[in-house]
Amino acid sequence: MIEVKNLTKRYGEKLAVNDISFTVEKGEILGFLGPNGAGKSTTMNMLTGYISSTSGQILINGKDIFTQPKEAKANIGYLPEIPPLYMDMTVDAYLNFMFDLKKCKLPRRAHLQDVCDLCKISDVRKRVIKNLSKGYKQRVGLAQALINNPPVLILDEPTVGLDPNQIIEIRTLIKKLGKKHTVILSSHILPEIQAVCDRIIIINKGTVAADGTADEIAKNITNEHKMTMRIEGETHTASDKEKITAAIRAIEGVKYVRADMEREKGIYDYDIETDGKTDVRREINKICGENGWNIMMLQLSDLTLEDIFLKITMGEQLELQRKKEEKKPRVKINLVTEGSEEAAASDEENTEEKETDENEEKSENAGGDK
Amino acid sequence: MGAIYRREMGSFFTSGLGYVFLTVFYAFSGYFFYTKVIESGISDTSPMFASMFIMFIFLIPVLTMRLLSEEKKNRTDQGLLTAPVNLWEIVMGKYLAAFTLFLIAECIVFVYALLLRYLGSVVWTSLIGNFAAMLFLGAAFIAIGLFVSSLTENQMSAAVVSFVVMIVFYLFDETLLLRVSNDRIREILSALSFRTRYYEFTKGVFSLSSIIFFLSTAFLFNFFTVKVLEKRRWS
Repeated sequence: MIEVKNLTKRYGEKLAVNDISFTVEKGEILGFLGPNGAGKSTTMNMLTGYISSTSGQILINGKDIFTQPKEAKANIGYLPEIPPLYMDMTVDAYLNFMFDLKKCKLPRRAHLQDVCDLCKISDVRKRVIKNLSKGYKQRVGLAQALINNPPVLILDEPTVGLDPNQIIEIRTLIKKLGKKHTVILSSHILPEIQAVCDRIIIINKGTVAADGTADEIAKNITNEHKMTMRIEGETHTASDKEKITAAIRAIEGVKYVRADMEREKGIYDYDIETDGKTDVRREINKICGENGWNIMMLQLSDLTLEDIFLKITMGEQLELQRKKEEKKPRVKINLVTEGSEEAAASDEENTEEKETDENEEKSENAGGDK
Repeated sequence: MGAIYRREMGSFFTSGLGYVFLTVFYAFSGYFFYTKVIESGISDTSPMFASMFIMFIFLIPVLTMRLLSEEKKNRTDQGLLTAPVNLWEIVMGKYLAAFTLFLIAECIVFVYALLLRYLGSVVWTSLIGNFAAMLFLGAAFIAIGLFVSSLTENQMSAAVVSFVVMIVFYLFDETLLLRVSNDRIREILSALSFRTRYYEFTKGVFSLSSIIFFLSTAFLFNFFTVKVLEKRRWS
């Protein structure tokens, strides 16, 4: 349904999107995940033909967005980060305008009613958009994207600024839409992506860092597996702990074992790490049986999407943080020597930090804007 | 195109801008009609139109200032540019909406003509000539205003810049043309004078070259506007 080949976008010196390729099948819900400024919005803006790519090709339903923009765009419903709403129009007038703009051939009244019902905005149709709450505005934006039943829906951070109830509503709605439409959804909120999407693409610094289901990504990203076992020794004493630890460590494929705190009398938790290739659970079970130990619990603690995300995206940032920390002591030494100016200097430090944060945000915004 | 045209027309009246434009224009043109025609007892409407020309230099920027600048500022251009329409449809929809409002304003002269007919006689050639002149001039100026609006996100700066551009075109004859000593160059420049061509019409002379001049100016600036929108995607 959507084919992206070697997509690249360059803003002067800055490479916003670097050689991204992926395909999305019909009926798939794809999640775009990435930190702010990773190139999510830029990619979506290119997919919808709002901005051009520096190189690469985008096919929507077999139509190239640049050589056949009209045909390709007719297949897309787009909800940008900021919904494109005319604040001085009523919801009804606006949806009618979008209906005309998209040259929709469906029966007007029935179709708009369907869309409004789906997005739960039927009760505000006569109101001026300016006066609606953020949640309603977002839903009007979504309704606008749904007009003309486009086979492809591209939603840029659809739940930003909504309250928890509305977020759940929008998520269920997107899931529902995913049955009929191909959906691309961007977010930097992990649970959201996990809850809604069949497949995830993690974008970092303009490149695809990972592509697959949450489980697949987890497997690819690391070959270590962790689990926690709760085992009852036969004598209910601390000596059990040593014995069990030694026995598990002896199993092939186990990289690391550590006995944790006592949960109940004589029952300890063991953190086990394996190489990921061998499944050691059966072996442990066997040993426990032979020795008369009872397994009270076994819990696999594979990497969560959050861990993966941090691992992929934070690598460099952690390094930066370390560098910052290296710098900081020097400042502190100055503070000590200057003594009286301590307060003022520390203020300066704070403002400096703020400024850099702001600059970062700005550059991100700039990236998304163009 | 129809959708954009209808939305713009609606927006002129919901935002009140259309009412302001029409009220100001009607008030001033009524004043000019009274002082230059009725009070002076001349049935020729040319002096009234000459004053209206200046009114439009002030009022057309008001009409065009927010057409594209607001879209960019509110990010509603994302809705337009990702819809299955091409850039010409967007630009022409907006252009024609502004032109329609301009036309509604200008048609007031026929009310004046009726009044004049009641009071005395109407010089129809002069009236029609002036009306057509104003129409072609408006067509060109609105395109210029729309173009300026596409360059900025701030509607006030769009208004000021297009006002300055129009004033420059208006004063072109006095400021530049008179100071050029070389005859050849002056001849070429005078072909570009809006006012010379405008006054030609007001005398009831419909010259094809002038019609083409105004229409091609309108086309050229609409073309520039399309190019600005296109370029923005490539930046």
